[in-house]
Amino acid sequence: MSSTLPPSRPKRPEFRNINALTDLPSYRLPVAGIVSILHRVSGALMFLLMPFIIWMFDTSISSEISFAKFSSAFTVGLGFVPGWFMKLIALALIWAFLHHLIAGLRHLWMDMRHAVSKEFGKSSAIFTLTLSVGLTLVLGAKLFGLY
Amino acid sequence: MAVNYGSKRIVVGAHYGLRDWLAQRVTAALMAVFTLILLAHLILSKGPIGYDLWAGIFTTQWMKALTFVIIVALLYHVWVGMRDIWMDYIKPVGTRLTLQVFSIIWLVGCAGWSIQVLWRV
Repeated sequence: MSSTLPPSRPKRPEFRNINALTDLPSYRLPVAGIVSILHRVSGALMFLLMPFIIWMFDTSISSEISFAKFSSAFTVGLGFVPGWFMKLIALALIWAFLHHLIAGLRHLWMDMRHAVSKEFGKSSAIFTLTLSVGLTLVLGAKLFGLY
Repeated sequence: MAVNYGSKRIVVGAHYGLRDWLAQRVTAALMAVFTLILLAHLILSKGPIGYDLWAGIFTTQWMKALTFVIIVALLYHVWVGMRDIWMDYIKPVGTRLTLQVFSIIWLVGCAGWSIQVLWRV
């Protein structure tokens, strides 16, 4: 193909093998792109922490004794893991769930009303980020006993 | 029946991913509704949220059946999502296959555990 091009034509830049450490930090994503990649990050996080989520379901629901163990895991800690760290993991899960849920509802909304504008993409992305981070802060403050 | 051989043959067998795309949205909607049901249980309750209230939500048979459906929906939803991630970022076939197999084992194991917990209440 390239042999048919006139020789004066400059070679088109080609970006391959993106290096996660040197290239990604300088990527300028639009706000909808940030929501999109965070949708993946939050989903992958919940996938990896799924055994922890089921452990919480298990200990909180099996019996009163296990429920007490569940509660104390977030105050006095569990094994060598301190309670504040358990709360931190729970907070990460709260954020992941909220972001994934709201970004997912945004997807469903856009799929149903398939005339989607660039402006709506941006404004709904800002709405998603604001609401998910805002609710995470509110619930996080409750989790760490600020109110 | 439409011609599906020769030059008219459909050369992809994955239905362009439409089925998984739709399944991911249907399961997502189901899980969103389930979240609302759980929230309603907790918000409309009176007094502090302790063991009795929390475990009580899952004692009825219809709630067990519903939660079971949600676990299966979650399993499928996460499978589609994780497969998308592996397909997008992991190009070597062997590594991708290994990660996909790992995802299936991880998810089926988690589903089995949560179903066992559900019927223990």
